Amino acid sequence: MLELAIKGNKTYWTWIVALLGVIGAGFIFYLWQLQFGLGITGMSRDVSWGFYIANFTYLVGVAAGGVMVVLPYYLHDYKAYGRVTILGEFLAIAALIMCLLFIIVDLGQPMRGFNVLIYPTLNSVLFYDAMVLNGYLLINLIVGWNVLEAERNGVHYQKWLKPIIYLSIPFAVSIHTVTAFLYCGLPGRGFWLTAILAPRFLSSAFAAGPALLVLLCLFIRNTTKFDPGKEQIQSLGKTVAYAICINVFFFLCEVFVAFYSNIPEHMDHIKYLFVGLHGHGAMVPWMWSSMALMVIGIILTVNPVTRRNETTLAVACAVIIAGTWIDKALGMIAGGFVPNPLHEVNEYAPTFPEIVITIGVYAIGALVLTVLYKMAVGVKEEVEQG
Amino acid sequence: MNDKGKIVTGLVIFAAVVTFPFWYNLGKAAPPPEVVLTEKAKAAGECVLPKEEIRAEHMQLLDVWRDTQVRDGQTVYINAKGKAYTMSLSNTCLDCHSNYKDFCDRCHVYASVDPYCFDCHIDNPKEGE
Amino acid sequence: MERSRREFLKIAGASAAIGLGARPVIEAVAAATGHQAAPEAQVAHHPEALKATRWGMVVDTRKIESAEQIEKMVEACHQEHNVPMLEEERHRIKWIWETHFHNAFPSQSTDRVSEHLEHILLPVMCNHCENPPCVRACPTKATFKRESDGIVMMDFHRCIGCRFCMAACPYGSRSFNFRDPQPFIKEVNLKYPRRMKGVVEKCNFCEERLALGQMPACVEASKGAIVFGDLTDPDSEVRHVLRENFTIRRKQNLGTEPCVYYIV
Repeated sequence: MLELAIKGNKTYWTWIVALLGVIGAGFIFYLWQLQFGLGITGMSRDVSWGFYIANFTYLVGVAAGGVMVVLPYYLHDYKAYGRVTILGEFLAIAALIMCLLFIIVDLGQPMRGFNVLIYPTLNSVLFYDAMVLNGYLLINLIVGWNVLEAERNGVHYQKWLKPIIYLSIPFAVSIHTVTAFLYCGLPGRGFWLTAILAPRFLSSAFAAGPALLVLLCLFIRNTTKFDPGKEQIQSLGKTVAYAICINVFFFLCEVFVAFYSNIPEHMDHIKYLFVGLHGHGAMVPWMWSSMALMVIGIILTVNPVTRRNETTLAVACAVIIAGTWIDKALGMIAGGFVPNPLHEVNEYAPTFPEIVITIGVYAIGALVLTVLYKMAVGVKEEVEQG
Repeated sequence: MNDKGKIVTGLVIFAAVVTFPFWYNLGKAAPPPEVVLTEKAKAAGECVLPKEEIRAEHMQLLDVWRDTQVRDGQTVYINAKGKAYTMSLSNTCLDCHSNYKDFCDRCHVYASVDPYCFDCHIDNPKEGE
Repeated sequence: MERSRREFLKIAGASAAIGLGARPVIEAVAAATGHQAAPEAQVAHHPEALKATRWGMVVDTRKIESAEQIEKMVEACHQEHNVPMLEEERHRIKWIWETHFHNAFPSQSTDRVSEHLEHILLPVMCNHCENPPCVRACPTKATFKRESDGIVMMDFHRCIGCRFCMAACPYGSRSFNFRDPQPFIKEVNLKYPRRMKGVVEKCNFCEERLALGQMPACVEASKGAIVFGDLTDPDSEVRHVLRENFTIRRKQNLGTEPCVYYIV
């Protein structure tokens, strides 16, 4: 099937070459980071995780979000999603590859990465995270590839795939739950120390993942002969609407608990994010923008008129992606580490090389996604014309 | 199939490239290195393990020392002859063999290995290289 | 790993023969292998090593008069362990450092603390917790609690630099080598290794000194402000001091059970 990805027009190849260029730039900066150390990033003793882990967290959500098309199709037999499940699975693959790359670029000694397997440590959440992320990647590769191949050959997919497909559903939930557990199991980090963190991550994932899928579906319709379908896009829009509402609701629950209980360890982080602390407030404009974007997203997706209009739906999805990214990527890291355990405020901002490396990883993800989607769309076109 | 010619040519080129190091270096074998012993090492007369063993297996021994020292907190190694040594690369091995360049490096360069032990365990011999 | 261990440590049954208190490490494993060519060797503690079941520390803040006093401790520690002095504040490595009472004890501090506490600085370092969150977090066992004496240790060789332990530590006691530290070490102590970039480090309760029978560097430099000893031994000096005085520990409410106590 891979041969479908090497047949494209000029625009397609220009896009591929452009991505390779960006990847190359990111790689050069990564070599610099390997040589110098993580000191070229904005991370510090106090904010010891930064942009890489922030984007990792966000993309775990995007990967998990794919389950929002898999679950209705396979579990509830919602036939319409038959056209888009492959898009959800392939999006998950690209997102997971980016997740794993973000972990690798974040390591101080990446050459020793396999120590995680050589000395498996069952008390470390990171060990489980490595297991479920790789597991979910494998599942999606197996399922996505085989189902697409079967569709191309005009046969029903193999019987043995069914249990793996069912397994993918709890796996999707588990990747984001375990990723939340990385944070919320740590004592002394008041912002993360909340049982609702995993549900929050999931709600934001189920908003961001399908929102990205909506945009991708619209893009595919406009650029190829395959139409993922109006009904499909509308159903995804409803999923986004519910999920983003729940996400904001969960956040307000956090705010209530922190401020009504009036416990400083829990309040201070939220204060830092939204009004600044001890005169430091780099995150304030970002966080309010995030809130505004998510509220606009709610208005546009909940209101049936704007949801049915695909233009406003696309706008809604874009603002939701941006809003949840600020909230979950930037806010989660900055809010968790500031103030530090000694109650000092040391802020974090990514550096230029750090951003280039990050964009490089995104470009790898985009390349993987492009190739996979080219294949998927190619098969769909063949089948529909054939 | 009329690609036979191409395939064979390709295979020949591949084989040539893969075996390049062998025929390029043919007849140019570097002489085995000779290590220099410091006065202190000469005076000691023997190493922790018999010469042949330490030569072949010092890396495994160091690995065991490292784990025992760091993880179990035991610092003394008593060899088969009953002689006690402090398990320390810096303070035992490199105390005797303080001539990094003429001892360690000789074989390491010959064998084309670049252990990073010395980055932290002696006074940065690689600096200034 | 285990294979090479077997080869180098073929433990004979009679361990006391050397007179160093040597004890067999892996008799069972050694017995299971039929390999005869390998030499028989043993490992042991240094004869003068200080031993405890649970090392602990009491910092008597009443005996701290000036910032210089703490600086001496910091200097002694950082000199001993080749801790670099990096230019950029955010890359600094700290094993022990001085801080205000309200930073060390953010939830115990009030607007009306005693005049002494308001004016002095306290030394803070790794608490060598009974339930260390960093050890729980580490995915490779590069940081671990030594069963024999409770010291929370770092294996710099194994650390992959994921910094999960730094997020887990509620005391900010861990530092990461954001760059090669070697050019920033003023005077190298060749008795102790340096570190490479990309690994995490922290206070080790001077386990390398304890192994040779010496007290930790900061304790020696503290002029009596820090008492160090075995928390499980009722006759030890730390236990005596703990009996005589009211002490507090940092973030006691988190259940980490620090082994560093403060008299305030």
